[in-house]
Amino acid sequence: MEMPTPNPDVMARKARVAARLRDVLPRDSVIDDPAQTRAYECDALTAYRCPPMLAVLPASTAEVSDVLRICNEEGVPVVPRGSGTSLAGGALPTADCVILGVARMNAVLETDYHNRFVRVQSGRTNLSVTGAVEGDGFFYAPDPSSQLACAIAGNIAMNSGGAHCLKYGVTTNNLMGVTLVQMDGTVVELGGAHLDAGGLDLLGVICGSEGQLGVVTEATLRILHKPEGARPVLMGFDSAEIAGACVADIIKAGLLPVAIEFMDRMLIEVCEDFAKADYPMCEALLIVEVEGSDAEIDAQLALIKEIALRHSPVALRESASADESARIWAGRKAAFSAIGRISDYMCLDGTIPVSELPYVLRRIGEMSKQYGLPVGNVFHAGDGNMHPLICYDANKPGDLELCEEFGAEVLKLCVEVGGCLTGEHGVGIEKRDLMSHQYEPADLDAQMGVKDVFDPNWLLNPAKVFPLASSEARRIAAE
Amino acid sequence: MKMDQMQSENEIAEVVRGANGPLQVRGGGTRTVGRPVTGEVLDVSGLSGVTLYEPGALTIVAQAGTPVSEIEAALAAENQRLAFEPYDLSGMLGSSGASTIGGVVATNASGPRRIMAGAARDFALGVRFVDGAGRVIKNGGRVMKNVTGYDLVKLMCGSRGTLGVLTEVSLKVLPGVETTQTLVLPVADAAQAVAAMSRALGSPYEVSGAARVGGDVWLRLEGFGVSVSYRADALRALLSEFGSAQVQDVDWTTVRDAVPLHGADAVWRISVKPGDAPAVLAVASAGCDALLDWGGGLIWIGQSGGAPQDTHAALQACTAALGGHATLIKGAEDLRASVPVFQPEPRPVADLTAALRAQFDPRGILNPGLMAA
Repeated sequence: MEMPTPNPDVMARKARVAARLRDVLPRDSVIDDPAQTRAYECDALTAYRCPPMLAVLPASTAEVSDVLRICNEEGVPVVPRGSGTSLAGGALPTADCVILGVARMNAVLETDYHNRFVRVQSGRTNLSVTGAVEGDGFFYAPDPSSQLACAIAGNIAMNSGGAHCLKYGVTTNNLMGVTLVQMDGTVVELGGAHLDAGGLDLLGVICGSEGQLGVVTEATLRILHKPEGARPVLMGFDSAEIAGACVADIIKAGLLPVAIEFMDRMLIEVCEDFAKADYPMCEALLIVEVEGSDAEIDAQLALIKEIALRHSPVALRESASADESARIWAGRKAAFSAIGRISDYMCLDGTIPVSELPYVLRRIGEMSKQYGLPVGNVFHAGDGNMHPLICYDANKPGDLELCEEFGAEVLKLCVEVGGCLTGEHGVGIEKRDLMSHQYEPADLDAQMGVKDVFDPNWLLNPAKVFPLASSEARRIAAE
Repeated sequence: MKMDQMQSENEIAEVVRGANGPLQVRGGGTRTVGRPVTGEVLDVSGLSGVTLYEPGALTIVAQAGTPVSEIEAALAAENQRLAFEPYDLSGMLGSSGASTIGGVVATNASGPRRIMAGAARDFALGVRFVDGAGRVIKNGGRVMKNVTGYDLVKLMCGSRGTLGVLTEVSLKVLPGVETTQTLVLPVADAAQAVAAMSRALGSPYEVSGAARVGGDVWLRLEGFGVSVSYRADALRALLSEFGSAQVQDVDWTTVRDAVPLHGADAVWRISVKPGDAPAVLAVASAGCDALLDWGGGLIWIGQSGGAPQDTHAALQACTAALGGHATLIKGAEDLRASVPVFQPEPRPVADLTAALRAQFDPRGILNPGLMAA
């Protein structure tokens, strides 16, 4: 993956920039020792690493504003970082950049059950947002698999989803307002505790902008009362086609489960090893979860099982206890790390129209043979968001490149059948050069025009999202 | 002045490229909201028809000029619906055209179910549009999860034709429901009514509509029959301290379209956090009627006679202080020409808005001034 050549003029000013940052931040908030900046050399896309020139850990909106203003004046690129769990390289540094980590900003600022929102600093982890309100029966709905570690800042940057977004939506549907600091240090309040924008929906364009338009320091998030209960049912089928037909029938019957998750045989095996959830061994496993009171759950699951039975399942089992439900989900949410125990892997994130599932899975199987790399499939079947996991050997020369080529072919296939390159992980550097398969030059130009407005000097996370060739003229003009 | 009805996206792009003056973008012409705009009418209602509908994937794609009624009929045939419940302003504004799906998206028009299911902007998956330079641009797509590049779909939602002319929209739809029940709870005091609605919306019972019509609180439950009756009982018990709630047949389009305010000369639509609703109601002078939706977070206020320009200023000052926004939806043309119809934005936001407009419409020809503060 190509990155722009670091700007030697900027790197030559390292000491001066560090000194200016130390004027406005506590000493231990500015990191310039190469032994320590190395801690920020990559995110969860570990195949790519580059230590930043400097790292800063501001503790307030005012400090973030000072950092950005100084970097803007000095012409230093800034790469914002939440918890560094991006699978797309969203927080990958360049050698001439300042990493701006929001981890020290993790406070809950306001909790309002009457109006059903919570306001937090953006470095707070996803799960600890729910942790702050669950004692009173509430929760924050988006639940990416990395929710124990990932920060709200990163969730907003990537518009993260999760297993339960079929019912509750993704980050953008649960984000009510942000405090955003622009690259020149201007602090902007967008949205708030009320719903929808009075003018242009700027909040909507900030969410998912991958840290390229500003740094979010505070967020107002919608919270909901927890359902009375939830229960998953496991259903196994002989093929992905049959599982796909069953999903379509469940949806067409007017049922809207809170989650419909799919795993193929390879994933069932590794997740079972990991979580001991007693998954049935089969070609295609669905985890379908519904919510409500016990009686409501019984009624919904009766209908769902009736539909499943029409598709000759090889296994059909309701969770019998809270402990069993927890294990079923622990296995699913650990899918990536479970694969990671047996092989290096690359996780894809394309979305396809659900009707294309059987065709796309068949093509991926054929490509797996062609490239000689095993693939496991786990995905959100209700919304068509796939996560093919391609296994490779990082120590074998050429294997990573082969894996990337295979991944690119899969994502192009997703676009071809009417889908997109990324459903919830973001473009980052990983899918950057594939953007021209989904968008025409005019489409990309319109998006880059938005960055021109928010960050005219193209200093915020500049080498991400857009193909380098498309953004080159803007990046050079701004230097 | 009116040109011929546009028949294709290419034709719109050509007309926009060749325009040498302002254009009024028009779908069904049912929403004459905003500062009055002069200029040639660009009528997109000829771009009509459902392009793709996949019930199993919960998605529909339609040309922007497609009547909402046509989309709702196609969905109803598969027992599906637009869950954000778009409102129709033709009754209030006395307009005669057919509301179009492009108009719904361009105004982010969302009704009572917005409080649970989300707004039009939450269901919009993709758009195609012609920007002010005449470039054809697409963003998003037709799948439910998509974070590929910036979300210009949200930016277009609610931009009222000032950033581009929508030509096609793709929407997520949801299954219809087996049963709907409404609990009606008489609560005389507005603050108490909001408290009752907050209690209901903060419960696990998935209330899909929470409104106050006259002196009654309406709480809607939807789903399978067994589930709805269970939740109605649970909710009744939860709200017993506020009074006795009874299941009644009501018409939610009354709330959706703010029917009780149709006769008013001036009507405002206000969004605040629900707990601030009583403060907003206190600002509206005697002679104003009000309707609460979204648990109190959406307030419709109507006024006949009186001094609407003073009411307008007082409401926008109130929402500026509380956090939120007030929009004049209905008003005489001279009133709309003399007040900021949309909530004025604080400086850094207004600067960003103006710069985005200049980026998408460099010549300032698309509905110029319509959303001006």
